[in-house]
Amino acid sequence: MSEILKFSALTKGGLFLAFAPNAFIRIGKDDAVTVIVNHSEMGQGVYTALPMLVAEELDADWSKVRVEAAPVDPAYNHALWGMQATGGSTSTWTEWERLRQAGATARAMLIAAAAELWKVDPASCRTEMGQVIHAVSGRQRSYGQLAEKASGMTPPQNVVLKDPGNFTLIGQPTKRLDTPEKTKGTAVYGLDVKVPGMLTALIARPPVFGGKVKSFDAGGAKAVQGVRHVVEVEGGIAVVADGFWPANLGRKALAIVWDEGPLAGLDSRKQREQYAELAKLPGAEAKKKGDVEVAMRRAAKRLDAVYELPYLAHAPMEPLNCVADVRPDSCEVWTGTQFQTGDRDAAVEVTGLKPEQVKLHTMLLGGGFGRRGVPDSHFVREGVQVSKKAVKAPVKVIWTREDDIRGGYYRPLAVHSMAAGLDVAGNPVAWRHRIVCQSFMIDTPFEGAIVIDGILDVIAVEGAADLPYEIPNLLVDWQKAPDGVTTLWWRSVGHSHTAFAVESFLDELAHAAGKDPYEYRRALLDKHPRHQRVLELAVKKAGWGKPLPEGRGRGLAIHESFESFVAQVAEVSVSKEGKVKVHRVVCAIDCGPVVNPDTIRAQMEGGIVFGLTAALYGEITFENGRVKQRNFNDYPMLRLNEMPAVEVHIAPSEDKMGGVGETAVPPIAPAVANALFAATGTRIRRLPIRSQDLKKI
Amino acid sequence: MIKLKVNRKDYTVDVGPDTPLLWVLQETLGLTGTKFACGISQCGACTIHLDGEAVQSCVTPVSRAVGKEVTTIEGLSPDLGQPLQQAWITEDVPQCGYCMPGQIMSAAVLLRKNLLPSDADIDAAMTGNICRCGAYQRIRRAIHLAAQMKDRRGAR
Repeated sequence: MSEILKFSALTKGGLFLAFAPNAFIRIGKDDAVTVIVNHSEMGQGVYTALPMLVAEELDADWSKVRVEAAPVDPAYNHALWGMQATGGSTSTWTEWERLRQAGATARAMLIAAAAELWKVDPASCRTEMGQVIHAVSGRQRSYGQLAEKASGMTPPQNVVLKDPGNFTLIGQPTKRLDTPEKTKGTAVYGLDVKVPGMLTALIARPPVFGGKVKSFDAGGAKAVQGVRHVVEVEGGIAVVADGFWPANLGRKALAIVWDEGPLAGLDSRKQREQYAELAKLPGAEAKKKGDVEVAMRRAAKRLDAVYELPYLAHAPMEPLNCVADVRPDSCEVWTGTQFQTGDRDAAVEVTGLKPEQVKLHTMLLGGGFGRRGVPDSHFVREGVQVSKKAVKAPVKVIWTREDDIRGGYYRPLAVHSMAAGLDVAGNPVAWRHRIVCQSFMIDTPFEGAIVIDGILDVIAVEGAADLPYEIPNLLVDWQKAPDGVTTLWWRSVGHSHTAFAVESFLDELAHAAGKDPYEYRRALLDKHPRHQRVLELAVKKAGWGKPLPEGRGRGLAIHESFESFVAQVAEVSVSKEGKVKVHRVVCAIDCGPVVNPDTIRAQMEGGIVFGLTAALYGEITFENGRVKQRNFNDYPMLRLNEMPAVEVHIAPSEDKMGGVGETAVPPIAPAVANALFAATGTRIRRLPIRSQDLKKI
Repeated sequence: MIKLKVNRKDYTVDVGPDTPLLWVLQETLGLTGTKFACGISQCGACTIHLDGEAVQSCVTPVSRAVGKEVTTIEGLSPDLGQPLQQAWITEDVPQCGYCMPGQIMSAAVLLRKNLLPSDADIDAAMTGNICRCGAYQRIRRAIHLAAQMKDRRGAR
């Protein structure tokens, strides 16, 4: 059991600091309620939604609630995963029980303290706005006043949680707790950390994935004023300097001879051909129902289509970074991470210290999107190595934007080969879906949880193998593409590519059948009430079927991911030059019970921008083994002037709570592509959308 | 040695004249509200004011700031900073928040020059600032709101 849980009071030198009924709550004499949050705040709003769960059951005064990032400790492990990590849009629903329990337990102990003080029956006390109240005698005490006494109370074994009908905070639009500091420039991200005596390092990494340093000459770099050390680490050559700028100049002055390795000839055009060939071969079966081949032969009409999606970089606004201070008997790490346990363990491995000698501070993340949760902990390993092996001083390793865009860990390149058979009425009788992409799970510590029989990576086929549409004959399989380029989960993971293929192809089927894409979907979703719920809501709010201005088209897509259901209707037009304009997106979500509707809206808006950016611009390509893109000039982001009007509608739902952060991403690319088909008659089967495919002149 | 005036305070810093102002603010002066994100003037996260004009500090050599007034998010005057920050809170704008100091510094210049900016004015002023979290719709609403709040305040 964790050290932290042994105490119900935090003390320093015998002085009472705070009531600490469990790992998640501290209540000080000043009435401040500090919620220790074990999930990383990367914009998705957990530093507000998770404290809301505690505050609701605690009946806390919301204006007194503060947040602190959890240290690394088993007490703070993900409720399902057995390690401390943030991802998979799981933070809120996996903490739903535990944090409410924590709040209710603290409340019961505060009531017990007051009741003992007043010598009354605890059942005659109630709580409100951070006070225990004994109405009969007109007495009340604040939680701060009761904190010390509450620390001596025995935690109750069982607490009864509130009936959702009595919630006063959960479900209410609640302003984020972190907005004031984020608008004043005082919020501290990893890149803002400063430790006394700290140096700054940039690392020259191989220009080709899998490359290695053959030899290097540090002379030029060392001649740069402010450069202190040049050292080889696992990832490449680190130039350590007084600050970013000399490190940057020093890195440019390095002369490195690389062994470029087997990917020196990697070329995106050849890679496309290679994937197309792989798509002809049967893969690992992910889903099989009926007999697709027989049904296809008997079908009245057959459709075939291939969809292609590129490698994508996450490009969080804050480039990766890690501050490490390695000493003979301790190591401190400051970083924005989604994977605390793994990163701490990596620091343990690199330093040879014991886990309890390594302290990892989770800073605010300037965006994550999956990029800061890396199974190999590479950016923390690097930081610790530079501090330990090379410098023996605290060091901040900074990635430049170029390092980030060219640094790999991309959303995998994917080719989807689809075939379907329709009967005479246009109903689909057969559906064959083959996916070609890399796996970033096979041969990692996560393989056991994610890979079936060592051959089927379930996150490569998520969103495809669980096709909701009622089709009697079905075959979904996966061809593992060769390793080499490093790949990773990218906001919505497998769904980020499978939804495009599934929802575009379904639209093709609807058109081939001469049916309305909404009616066609609805008829095939008979057994899926939650899909239907968001579908109906989205089309109703979007005015589906109503006339649009000349040149505009409307497109629909629906997708379940992370146990939530999202439907989107996009309205688009295309200029003569083939430039796409997305005017409006109507988005409906069913994520079950709602904690903070503001956060859900924000995540839908943001997810749509994230997915739209990829659909319109996102592409990492290779030539001579090198990544062609380098920064926001050639790996563009959607900007304010291109922002569509986004309307978000949250479906009232008492079904199981699902995730939010990633769930708006999958439907937007197919919704836009389907809208483009409606507007122009051109079917988009390759992302990003290319203006040459759409221009009319 | 280079003499600088930042947020109405005088500093003398020992850095090369070509050092981007961003790193002098971030590292030398510890004014970490100004953010590094692209380094090539493509995203606006490092936006500061130089004699009242919005500039990208990541490509501004520190020597260019000599003899000028440098203003960062930490020193933004209350007549602009307060309505903007309040509007940002009301509209719940930030997600990760990393780009927000830069967004607010760009918006501040817009509001100083334009009492009630139109959507087109906002497009023109804010398109240099990337928000990877996609808070654009809220940024637009918050700028309109801040303009109204500033307007009301001026009328009092």
